[in-house]
Amino acid sequence: MRLLIAILCGVLFGAGMIISDMVNPARVLAFLDVTGDWDPSLAFVMGGALIPSGLAYLIHRRMHAPVLADEFRVPASRLIDRPLIGGAILFGLGWGLVGLCPGPALAALTTASWQAAIFVVAMLAGMTLFRFTAGRSA
Amino acid sequence: MEPISYIWPLTGGLLVGASAGLFLLMHGRVAGISGLMASGLRLGGSGPRGLSLGFLGGLLGGALLAGLVIRTPEVFVTSSLPLLIVGGLLVGFGTRWGSGCTSGHGVCGIARLSPRSLAATGLFMATAALTVFVTRHLTGMI
Repeated sequence: MRLLIAILCGVLFGAGMIISDMVNPARVLAFLDVTGDWDPSLAFVMGGALIPSGLAYLIHRRMHAPVLADEFRVPASRLIDRPLIGGAILFGLGWGLVGLCPGPALAALTTASWQAAIFVVAMLAGMTLFRFTAGRSA
Repeated sequence: MEPISYIWPLTGGLLVGASAGLFLLMHGRVAGISGLMASGLRLGGSGPRGLSLGFLGGLLGGALLAGLVIRTPEVFVTSSLPLLIVGGLLVGFGTRWGSGCTSGHGVCGIARLSPRSLAATGLFMATAALTVFVTRHLTGMI
């Protein structure tokens, strides 16, 4: 049951990536290209996503524990520190160069795009690099 | 690239938000893809590994299914091979260092008005937009 719900969450997410066309890097870059031929799609995706997720986060405050686990594991830190800033800037740089972020990159694998496959392998290498450098103490 | 009706991104966004909301209320976890990849593949993330892998497997299945029955996806990549590799490395390293990506910070973090996520989302959006401006309009690199 627990695994089934996790898979269902993934299915909803993956379908959302395709239906919203966020799987297409050209669409994402057109959103980021604010001085060019701007495409507002990503704003609709974010706006649409914030409605149910915002509601869920409001509901969770009135719950003692999630339905299928012992406790909520939501990050509590409010500290805007150097890793957060450095990481967000490096991520933004990579995102702006290609137009893919982790969710859409995985969804793009299902189209058998060789570019998405190269990108995902490089992304995993980047995560591994972090694991054995800056993230080794975590 | 053809413009699309706002109905598509809005519907897709609602599905992503439903996924994040359900994952929170059922499993108590943030539906952030970079974090789920890290915990699923033992690259330093936290949380039950099986659930992370289940989510990621579902993501692939849902994308495949939606691509077959709802909308044929088009993945149009403009970047050259070296840029794909550099971009992937930066996204992988940066999302782990900064504790999240567009889903973890952008959707789940903003939904609960986390100051960290608001700052991170503002920063990665601004950096990405600046990167596109430099590569497209200043240097014509892409």
